[in-house]
Formats: sequence, structure tokens, C-alpha cells
Amino acid sequence: METGTSRVKRGMAEMQKGGVIMDVMNAEQAKIAEAAGATAVMALERVPSDIRAAGGVARMADPTIIEEVMKVVSIPVMAKARIGHYVEAKVLESLGVDYLDESEVLTPADEVFHIDKRDFTVPFVCGAKDLGEALRRISEGASMIRTKGEPGTGNIVEAVRHMRLINSQIRKVQNMSKDELYAEAKNLGVAYDLLLEVHENGKLPVVNFAAGGVATPADAALMMHLGADGVFVGSGIFKSDNPEKFARAIVEATTHYTDYKLIAEVSKNLGTPMKGIEISKLSAAERMSDRGW
Amino acid sequence: MKVGVLALQGAVAEHIRSIERAGAEGVAVKLPEQLSELDGLIIPGGESTTIGKLMRKYGFIEAIRAFAAQGHPVFGTCAGLIVMAKEIEGGEEPHLALMDIQVSRNAFGRQRESFETDLDVKGLTQPLRAVFIRAPLITAVGDQVDVLSTYKEEIVTARQGHLLVSSFHPELTDDCSLHAYFLEMIKSKAGAV
Repeated sequence: METGTSRVKRGMAEMQKGGVIMDVMNAEQAKIAEAAGATAVMALERVPSDIRAAGGVARMADPTIIEEVMKVVSIPVMAKARIGHYVEAKVLESLGVDYLDESEVLTPADEVFHIDKRDFTVPFVCGAKDLGEALRRISEGASMIRTKGEPGTGNIVEAVRHMRLINSQIRKVQNMSKDELYAEAKNLGVAYDLLLEVHENGKLPVVNFAAGGVATPADAALMMHLGADGVFVGSGIFKSDNPEKFARAIVEATTHYTDYKLIAEVSKNLGTPMKGIEISKLSAAERMSDRGW
Repeated sequence: MKVGVLALQGAVAEHIRSIERAGAEGVAVKLPEQLSELDGLIIPGGESTTIGKLMRKYGFIEAIRAFAAQGHPVFGTCAGLIVMAKEIEGGEEPHLALMDIQVSRNAFGRQRESFETDLDVKGLTQPLRAVFIRAPLITAVGDQVDVLSTYKEEIVTARQGHLLVSSFHPELTDDCSLHAYFLEMIKSKAGAV
């Protein structure tokens, strides 16, 4: 009997496919998310848009919040550790969190090294803007990838850019001859064996979710249309007028992302979504997607 | 032979791959109308609360019950096992309530307790590599239910006539022997009808 094997960790992410993972800040929100059909919740002290507004250093959440959320839902509970913060991650693992997010939404603790994720029994999800970043995280032991997008903006444009880039790079690698892969591994800064796997299978070795800017049911469906395996919704739900309705609508739009009539139906009278931010209005320091490498 | 995989949420592609490896055609099922063209159905792993909710919403509860009542084999893995059970511990409303079993959700604990192991399954010639992810257990079975495998004396695979369930994920390995077993169930059913 083996725990924490790569198959067990990646398999856990496979079970999330076609689902919506929602950011929650307390037990009450977690219950709303579960009742709406979320496949997992991300327990946080503040959602990304509030982190933006608050400024300062954003850290791992208070364990009380995480335990409170774990107590009230039967679906998996995820939590975020700072990039490179091994101890925050170990603390979250000790609490029994089901999945860790080494996240650029929090202020990085290490500007050079990410966490050695193979050293954990619990699986990790990491953000990526391109194929190189995705494969580097997988080398370090990530069992799930998500686009970085631009968290807390309610603006889907960066998530679209990252998903499209990763997919076009995968297609390029797929069409290369085997002898070109060595140079491409060097260009991308990734391990050759992983690149060979992408070349042979035409996809990442782990599931790839969309995250960072999903604000409406149509946004979630767009990311599925672009090839995402599922969707993370951060500030989008609990910063909207009617979180319960919004959450249900996003779940249905994700499941039936090609059924446009249904998406129209669930989008009716949803109230105001979160107020978004135009990306060009963000200064370089405010762009979370540039954190990590 | 055409076998559907309920595609509301969860590990659909992996089941389709295993079905095809075992020698049948696999189809993703998004709408109840699709059931009429199928010889058997797999309800995959995923989150049982999400799958249960979407099944209700899109009319799958009655449709799958009718499909099973016609004698078509149904195979549930992990979350699929939970939605097929007549009784779910902890007071959760049963979903399809097809099979005379009682289940306990997340019976091994949280994700850090998830594991893989070799398992002997009645009816298979070789032990199977079984991947348990936040897996449920069968805590009680009715008279008509045949126990096919146990792990530490707990029931993890069972069959009741044309219904098959496993608490682990046979679709996450390259071994398609349990899928082949399910295809045999479909073939023998077709012969019997």
C-alpha cells in the first residue's frame, strides 16, 4: 500500500475535471459553494480582489479558517501557500488540506526557488503562463496546472492568453521531429523527458485548469471551449450580487459549455458581476502573473 | 458494442480509453436521450455531490433507472458507486438508489490517506492495481449482492446481477481487466435477453 504516489496525486486532479473550484472565506460560503455543485473549495482569508485592495504582504490563511471550512464540507478543501514557502505548505499539509496551491496570488517568499513538491503526500496545483513554466512546475512535482490569468481582476483576457499560448506551444512541440526536441527543451528550460511526453501525447502530463479572471458563466464556458479541463473561480462568485445563483450558473455553464441556449438561460438576471479591472491599468508591481518563473 | 460514460463531471476520458482498450466503443454521455443507443453505462469518479446534483437537474435519475430496469449493465466507480447506492451514511439523500448497498463516503480519510495497492478481484485472473482516492467503502450489502473484493476486510468491489461497483479507480491504470469484465457482463446479458 502506497500513499502520495504520483498516480494518486494526479488522479485526484483527474477527478476534478469538468468541475468548478471556488474561493471561499468562511464556512457559510463553503456551504453555498458545495450546495451549488463546486467540486472543491479553496479556503482563503481574502479573495484576490481584496488582496489587491488591501496591499501589503499576503500570506497563508489563518488555520482556523481552513479548519472551519474542512469541518462543514465533504468535498475536497484546497489552500494556498506562498511561492517557495516550504513551511507554509507543510503546515497546510499537517492540517489535512486535500490540495495545495503554490500561488502567485500571495506574495512570493522566494524569488528563485519554488517548493520541492515531490516532498509532499498531498498534491499541488501551480500556475503557469506558458508551456515552459507548466513543465518546470511538473518537474518539481506539481500534479495539476492552472493558468495564472490575472487574479482578482474579473478580466478574462490574461487567462485566455495563457491558455492559448500553452496550447499553441503544445501543438508546436507535437509537430516537431524528435531530434528538434533537445534544442526545444533548452529553449523552454524544461526537462527533455517531460517534453517528449508532451510530444507523444499532445497534452500536458497533468490536468490543466483555467484560473485568474473568470467572472461570468460565459467566461467559464469560454475557457472550457479553449481546452481547459475545469475552472477556478476566485473573486467572481462572492464578489457578485447573488453568490448562490452565480455559483450554480457557473457550474452549469462549465458542464454544458457548448450548450449556448443553456448558458443564455443561466445568465439571466444574475445581477451585477464583480466590477472588473482593465489590465493596462495595473502597474508592473500589481501584476500577479509575473510572480514565479 | 457501445458503452457510455456519464460525462457531467469527473474522469470521463480515462474510462473511454479503458473501454476502447478492452475492445468496445466508448461514448461520452451528456444528455439522457443518448442512453437509447447504448449497451451499458459507466458512472465515473468525480465529486458525487456535483454529479448527483447535475444528474437531477438534467433528468438522468429517471433515465438511468429506466435504462438499468431494461437490464442494461451499469458500472459505478468511486463517486459512481456512491450515486448507485440505496443508502449513504450520514443522512445524504440517495441518488440513483439502484443497488442494495450501504456506503460510507471518504471512508479512508482525506487526500493524504489516498493510496494505491494490489487487489485480488473475484472473476479476474491477475491482481489489479487499485487506486483509491478519497474513496468510499461499502459498509453493508443485501442478499442479492456478490462481494468481489475486499481490502483490509472492507468491501471495495461488488456486483448485483447487471450492476457493478468499485470504490477504487480502475480507469487510472493501463490494466483494463475490470472493464473487460464489465464488457462480459454486457455480452452475457445480451445473450440472455
